[in-house]
Amino acid sequence: MLRKTLTEDSFYLNLGPQHPSTHGVLHLLLKLDGERILECKPLVGYSHRAHEHMGQNRTYLQFLPNTSRMDYLGGLCYNHAYCLAVEKACGIQAPERARYIRTICAELNRISSHLLWFGAYLMDLGAFTPFLYAFDDREDILAILGEITGSRLTYSYCRFGGVSRDLNQNFRDGVKAFIPKLRKRLKDYRTLVTKNVIFLNRTKGIGVVSPEQARDWALTGPNLRACGVAYDIRRAEPYSVYPEMEFEIPTATGGDCYDRYWVRMAEMEQSLRIVEQALGRLPDGPVKTAGVPQWLEPPAGDYHFSYESPRGHLGIYFVSDGGRVPLRMKWRTPSFNNLSILSEILPGTLVADTIAILGSIDVVIPEIDR
Amino acid sequence: MNTGILLDLRVIWDGLVRFFGLDALILVIGLLVVLIWVQVNALFLVWLERKVAGHIQLRIGPKEVGPFGILQTIVDGIKLVAKELITPQPVSWLLFVLSPILVFTPVLVAFVVLPFGPHLVIRDINVGLMLIFAFAGINVLSILMGGWASNNKYALLGAIRSVAQNVAYEIPLLLSAMSVVLMSGTLSMQGIVQAQEGVWFIFYQPVAGLLYLIGATAETNRAPFDIPEAESELVAGFHTEYSGMRFGLFFLAEYTNMFIVAAVATTLFFGGWRGPFLPGPWWFLIKVYILIFVVMWVRWTLPRLRFDQLMNFAWKYMIPIALLNLLATALVIKLVR
Repeated sequence: MLRKTLTEDSFYLNLGPQHPSTHGVLHLLLKLDGERILECKPLVGYSHRAHEHMGQNRTYLQFLPNTSRMDYLGGLCYNHAYCLAVEKACGIQAPERARYIRTICAELNRISSHLLWFGAYLMDLGAFTPFLYAFDDREDILAILGEITGSRLTYSYCRFGGVSRDLNQNFRDGVKAFIPKLRKRLKDYRTLVTKNVIFLNRTKGIGVVSPEQARDWALTGPNLRACGVAYDIRRAEPYSVYPEMEFEIPTATGGDCYDRYWVRMAEMEQSLRIVEQALGRLPDGPVKTAGVPQWLEPPAGDYHFSYESPRGHLGIYFVSDGGRVPLRMKWRTPSFNNLSILSEILPGTLVADTIAILGSIDVVIPEIDR
Repeated sequence: MNTGILLDLRVIWDGLVRFFGLDALILVIGLLVVLIWVQVNALFLVWLERKVAGHIQLRIGPKEVGPFGILQTIVDGIKLVAKELITPQPVSWLLFVLSPILVFTPVLVAFVVLPFGPHLVIRDINVGLMLIFAFAGINVLSILMGGWASNNKYALLGAIRSVAQNVAYEIPLLLSAMSVVLMSGTLSMQGIVQAQEGVWFIFYQPVAGLLYLIGATAETNRAPFDIPEAESELVAGFHTEYSGMRFGLFFLAEYTNMFIVAAVATTLFFGGWRGPFLPGPWWFLIKVYILIFVVMWVRWTLPRLRFDQLMNFAWKYMIPIALLNLLATALVIKLVR
């Protein structure tokens, strides 16, 4: 069908599914005129693992490890979100201390996700070195989280009604050393990358998304905030201990690649603030609610929960018939919607811009495919 | 016994000189030395690049094979030679095979006129500089051949970019070299070095020197001008389909080209082999490697330009500035003499 619309001067280029810059197995079908893009069609599904279906065949607890495999960069956030959703359905309340610990870990996870994005994005733009600096910072977070969660990437740390283990002294020391270190590094990144002329030329005014377009395509997270819409679920539908935290929602007005970059860099600073506050106010007490059964049986009905993942609005919806296994489970993952806008904003740009725009959107393919 | 062998060698040498003539013999031996030198130099540069990149990126680079990992590239080279040469079916076979060989020819020719020392030059011909630039132009032909023959869209895009880029950047490169030629009044490489007695040309021609270095970085397809092989966009650009030693030849040519442009820059702007205390060849190599280090430093620090920005930069800024610089140089020389 597509082939019929080809004229003499245009040709198709399959960008991916095996390409160094498609962050896994994304497949973009581009119709090109020279290097200019006429049409773009994102094709997804290469790493579909039927997570939702697995959720319908497992008890609520058995599905917990799956959550961090969907978005491997924000695994803890997904853990957190899933536990909050199930707790809400079953009417379980996690103890105060556990809620603080979860928030600290989720924000650290958010920072590590943004750091990896920062490194990978600069690599997409042809600068190799920031990647290793970002990984150096991220390594600290993984070590800190590994200290209490026992894993580095695919966490199963949160439990229904708490967390699996309490914080230890190593964790506190690690976080206390890490916060000033990252603040210094962020300052370095500002001077070395944010003010770099080549970087500005590559990102300013590229891939502009207007607030209306962003709403039409249901963009969320940093991509939406870069268009000037200050929508953050941590503020709009607060959960956990976020209402008690002081932090700003960084927004930009341009909606271009540079603004998406800027918003994420600013978010890292805000996350550091949250971690600092939460660690300072950490109350004493248990980290797990006693008497939560192994097999949860939420009352019949349908439940929805919204969560601000590093990439945007994560929605968890499930229908329970009162049994141990959900009847239907649906995950609204942010990258899927964020990616869809490519077919709207790519036409008219160059191949090099495609990479810059695709990178700036921050997609995680397994999260799209689920 | 030893003296006997030496005597024999002397006799053989005399015979060869009588038969071929001294000049021809020096040329042949020189080329043999160049062939070996090119390999050793490329191996060293690849190692240096990995070490420099490592230290810039909070790592230490290769360290396992040999002291400081110096043998790492030799091992890598052996691996490349041992690999299968994959020729995809729909390629244009002759061009595909010829391209990596052709990319190497101009590299070798340039070494003929490079003055390593006051007497250490294979042949000092009176149009040496022109010879280097003329043969450097062949480079782009082989890239175009390789990219076109590969029958791969990424390779083709890379080749097209490469041609446009090389054409655009050769002009400021030549214009900046011309300002130096105007000052020295000769195209001979040795002559240019002779003319820099006392003051290096970089102090008379800072603008031309800078333009030359930028142009040379672009000419050798190094970051931030590495768009023909832009990894994140075009996979590997024009050599996407090449494997084994065919890829190795492109790689070797890239690093040798780096050496040549740095050597030309040394000759044109930094006084060639001139320097106190040490003999000429040492100074020449020190200067060349410092320049190469700067180029590597830039590569591992900056992001890549976009293709159209790169072309704008060449046509809108570099070429007019180079032309103005050339005119100003000519005017000043006219007024002074």
